[in-house]
Amino acid sequence: MTRTTASTPVLEISGLEVAYRTADGGHRPAVRGVDLRVGAGEVVALVGESGSGKSTTAHAALHLLPRGGEVTAGRLRLDGRDLSGLTEKEWQDVRGRHVGLVPQDPTVSLNPVVRVGDQVAEVLVVHGLVRRADARVRAVELLRQAGVDDPAARARQYPHQLSGGLRQRVLIAIAIAAGPRLIVADEPTSALDVTVQRRILDHLDALARETGTAVLLITHDLGVAADRADRIVVLQDGVVVEEGPAARLLDDPRHPYTRALIAAAPSLASSRLVVGARDGGAREGAAQGGEAPPSSAEPAPVLALDGVRKEFALPRGAERRTLVAVDDVSLAVGPGRTYALVGESGSGKTTTARLALRLERPSAGRVVFRGEDVTAARGRELRSLRRGFQVVYQSPYASLDPRFTVEQIVTEPLRAYGVGDRAERADRVRSLIDDVALPVDVLRRGPRELSGGQRQRVAIARALALRPDLVVLDEPVSALDVSVQAQILELLVRLQAEHGLAYLFVSHDLAVVRQVADQVGVMRRGRIVEQGAADQILLDPQEDYTRELVAAIPGRRARSGTST
Amino acid sequence: MTLQTLTRPVVTDASAPDPAATPARHGGARRALRGARHVLRRPGLLVAVAVLLVVAAWAVAPQVFTAQDPLVGVPADRLQPPSGAHWFGTDHLGRDVYARAVHGASLTLRTTALAVAVGLVLGSLLGLLAGFLRGWVDDVVGRLVDVLLAIPSILLSLAIITALGFGPVKVAIAVGIGSVATFARVMRAEVLRVSTSVYVEAARASGLRWPAVLGRHVLPNSSGPVLALVALDLGTAVLAVSALSFLGYGTPPPAPEWGALVSGGRDYLATAWWLTTLPGLVIVAVVLAANRVSRALEKTGEDQ
Amino acid sequence: MTRYVLRRAGQGVFVLWAAFTVAFFVLYLLPSDPAALVASGGGEVSQVDPTQLAALRAEHGLDRPILVQYGDALLGALAGDFGASYVSGASATALVAQALPETLRLTGAALLVAVLGGTAVAVASVLPRARFLRQALSALPPLGVALPTFFVGLVLLQWFSFRLPVFPAIGNEGAVSLVLPTITLAVPAGAQLAQILSRSLRGTLGEPYVETAWAKGASRARVHLAHALRNAAIPAFTVLGVMVGGLLGGAVVTETVFSRQGLGRLTVQSVNQQDVPVVLAIVVFSALVFVVVTLVVDLVYPVLDPRIQLRTPRAASRRAASRRATAVTA
Repeated sequence: MTRTTASTPVLEISGLEVAYRTADGGHRPAVRGVDLRVGAGEVVALVGESGSGKSTTAHAALHLLPRGGEVTAGRLRLDGRDLSGLTEKEWQDVRGRHVGLVPQDPTVSLNPVVRVGDQVAEVLVVHGLVRRADARVRAVELLRQAGVDDPAARARQYPHQLSGGLRQRVLIAIAIAAGPRLIVADEPTSALDVTVQRRILDHLDALARETGTAVLLITHDLGVAADRADRIVVLQDGVVVEEGPAARLLDDPRHPYTRALIAAAPSLASSRLVVGARDGGAREGAAQGGEAPPSSAEPAPVLALDGVRKEFALPRGAERRTLVAVDDVSLAVGPGRTYALVGESGSGKTTTARLALRLERPSAGRVVFRGEDVTAARGRELRSLRRGFQVVYQSPYASLDPRFTVEQIVTEPLRAYGVGDRAERADRVRSLIDDVALPVDVLRRGPRELSGGQRQRVAIARALALRPDLVVLDEPVSALDVSVQAQILELLVRLQAEHGLAYLFVSHDLAVVRQVADQVGVMRRGRIVEQGAADQILLDPQEDYTRELVAAIPGRRARSGTST
Repeated sequence: MTLQTLTRPVVTDASAPDPAATPARHGGARRALRGARHVLRRPGLLVAVAVLLVVAAWAVAPQVFTAQDPLVGVPADRLQPPSGAHWFGTDHLGRDVYARAVHGASLTLRTTALAVAVGLVLGSLLGLLAGFLRGWVDDVVGRLVDVLLAIPSILLSLAIITALGFGPVKVAIAVGIGSVATFARVMRAEVLRVSTSVYVEAARASGLRWPAVLGRHVLPNSSGPVLALVALDLGTAVLAVSALSFLGYGTPPPAPEWGALVSGGRDYLATAWWLTTLPGLVIVAVVLAANRVSRALEKTGEDQ
Repeated sequence: MTRYVLRRAGQGVFVLWAAFTVAFFVLYLLPSDPAALVASGGGEVSQVDPTQLAALRAEHGLDRPILVQYGDALLGALAGDFGASYVSGASATALVAQALPETLRLTGAALLVAVLGGTAVAVASVLPRARFLRQALSALPPLGVALPTFFVGLVLLQWFSFRLPVFPAIGNEGAVSLVLPTITLAVPAGAQLAQILSRSLRGTLGEPYVETAWAKGASRARVHLAHALRNAAIPAFTVLGVMVGGLLGGAVVTETVFSRQGLGRLTVQSVNQQDVPVVLAIVVFSALVFVVVTLVVDLVYPVLDPRIQLRTPRAASRRAASRRATAVTA
């Protein structure tokens, strides 16, 4: 649904260059000669990975670069008006009035001590658009337009009393308040749950089309871009590598980087990863779904949770005594298989994983590991059990001790259990590092010198050091860029095949889950609402909630266009 | 539906490591070298370190810095303004004020160091117990800290002096106990932060025993802010010690403790400004320097 | 609401009790013998007549077991009676009450100056566009906290009483005599506040909601004052109790420097004479001031920060934690 671009674009960026001052007084270029046009009523997506300069470009359009950032060359035109030489005062009239911003994380982007209605009204007041007394009334109207239900009551609330989705709607109301010609949406939904994400994007879309506002959408997710944008601009290292109409760019990517991004984007991929030819047949059979009867024919599970429940005591004075984080959850992870636990934030999936790792003690139910009831294990017994199940955390930045070298990190579990002598341990660590495809020279470095993907490889090597049967993967790729995500997922799948590992894979991202899971359990409010073979859940969900989750995976437009 | 295989094009890991991160070198000499370079690039910090080193040298070997006697004056030279012969002028007994300040360094700094040691040892022990054991121990320590915060530290010190009597060691204990609450709180917060961090949980999940977790992860990673606090408390303690010595609770005269030096100039405010101002500026310089070093330590802690 | 206030008041009473207990045992259990000191009248302790000593001990009840003494003292303290001064024989409570008004005037004035001045300096160190101006102003608070109170007082005296005889050097006569002591006392407190506030301001200026404010087209002043300062003031507000306590403590030195009558002077005299009942009364009084100020802060807090509701105990403990944290960085 491409539309023709008006003769004068709303936003025209030409030859934009932005550099950041570095600590030693030099300049590090972040954007290098970007050209960009957004026409009236058009949605243009600026796509790139972290460090590609997409966010910097967006902020340059509002003259709101972070400290140390500086536009070193290029022109910026809004409706034909050259904004390059504007003073700070003149920019104040442009921001909010002619260009609106929808920021990245709605949970921290509203002033916590001001009522939301007043925050919307502020735009109108600072630009002198309405009289102070009328601003409140108008703010309620704007909240309604942004899709806030019962806006009059909401206007009197404080941000912390609203959900993340509602807060993002308030921010949209702020962005559209003065009727700007252009809205810059900087990853507007990446902090939100998928189902909310979809509704917000739908609404933003509709608003833009109704009013003819131009939208510059910044996203790391090609799937989102594919669904929402008329045109896509792909940015790599501060340079535009390819741009074009969304459909053309996805069907016929010309630049190798675009092709790589499309290949890596989980939301555009459609099925489970397999390991080359080896073991492929078996895996394919499994991936094809429901024929294999769930547990009877399969070997005994490595890990089984049997009706586990976890309550947390709430502080005295709260309305309820306890919070039930996990409620009657039963699942089984077979040897060499991947069980994916999917849910939105607060669904209890991480607590379930911690119960499986015996980092929490269940309030009720049983945890069975290799056929042995370990619910009550403690002390020495628990410690010897820990050899069998290991964990990889979401954030590779937080899970490695910053003072250790990679070698010390990977050696630590071996030392803890007194495995081998010093030389044998060194050999084992070398082979582990090789196993996760890292060069040997990382051993002497600290985690701070490694990239996110490399750190996650180190965390995986540490988890494998004791040759466990089960690895719990708690959102293992959520903190990584898509291309790195794809590599880590491939690594996990290969290691699983080589070592016969069982995975309990916790994720909020169904698109990722689709690539690795044999079995899927969908969690909501502490309960498993639906579980079964991966394809069955993903292709033919029975529960409404699962259906909503599946429908919210971005990239549908592209998939339906390309895969048949 | 197409099956994906590992023959897909591999994109290189695009996310670069933190550019600010310098290669970690492991080894004391190299770390010291890096520390020295860090200091050299910051003139303010360089001055601060220099001030502290000079004052420490005064304390260790005063006779190197001045040939004049701090206790016996030349009556003929009484109340001389600062000059080439007497940098800080002379007092009413004709004693050289600079010599007194130099010789006073060891008294003041020894008291200060003892005070910091008392606060550090008691405070971090309490904080460590509270942060590591949590539960009721944490509650009890928390309440104790609340109570210690409720009494202004100088009044707490004065109460202790009332009970113990006067003298430098007693002043040091009194000032040290005044800072126990601060150390306890910072240590507790740090131990709590580190021991609830993901990498500690990861170490636990990989089977490390608690003592090893404490020794290998928790203590090393929580020492930074405590170190910064030691520097900060050094400044605070110099202020408190000299205030108490100003009030007359330190070493009895004619010992040239800094606070007493300033106090001794009170009767000559109208005529001999240098008696109060110059020793006072020495105290200010030391406190400023300690605070500057503390900020630098805090910064390097944050960068980690 | 009432329940919350009652509970907070209860916690305050606990802190007071604990402060009393700590001070009591420090003062009564530690080595020196107050009776011997009183009997010696400032002379050599060894020359005291043993019968006279015993009589004195009996008079002040010091011959009884320590726990009995403690129970008695606690009961007395509950009724506002801290015993008689060893030196003058007057009631310790009366001595404190008598010295109080002058000190309240001084600390009140200093609090006002510290809050206004500290806030002004903190805002001025982030608001101006000119970088050098911001840097120059942000050097002030660290300098202020490094100045010894007695030094500030003496330098002010030197310049404004002796060189330029604008203000009287000593005494309690009229408002003019209050000016120099107020400044002296306000400098460290104001500098501390400015340090907390400007650190907090720098933090809030990096918050995403401040970027939202910029993106609305708000002016520099509006972004800094209406958005950043309102949020930054919250942690600074929690240390008000510690600050007021600090001012009471600072009065000890200030009143000595300016030879003013007041609680500070009374403290110095009592410490010099090891007049234990009076010192105890002063310590407990200062804890009382802290507890009351803190209670008021806690009750006003939800007005400043709508995220905090009075009822939940977690909110109270979070506030206490924030107070402890900010008190440290001060």
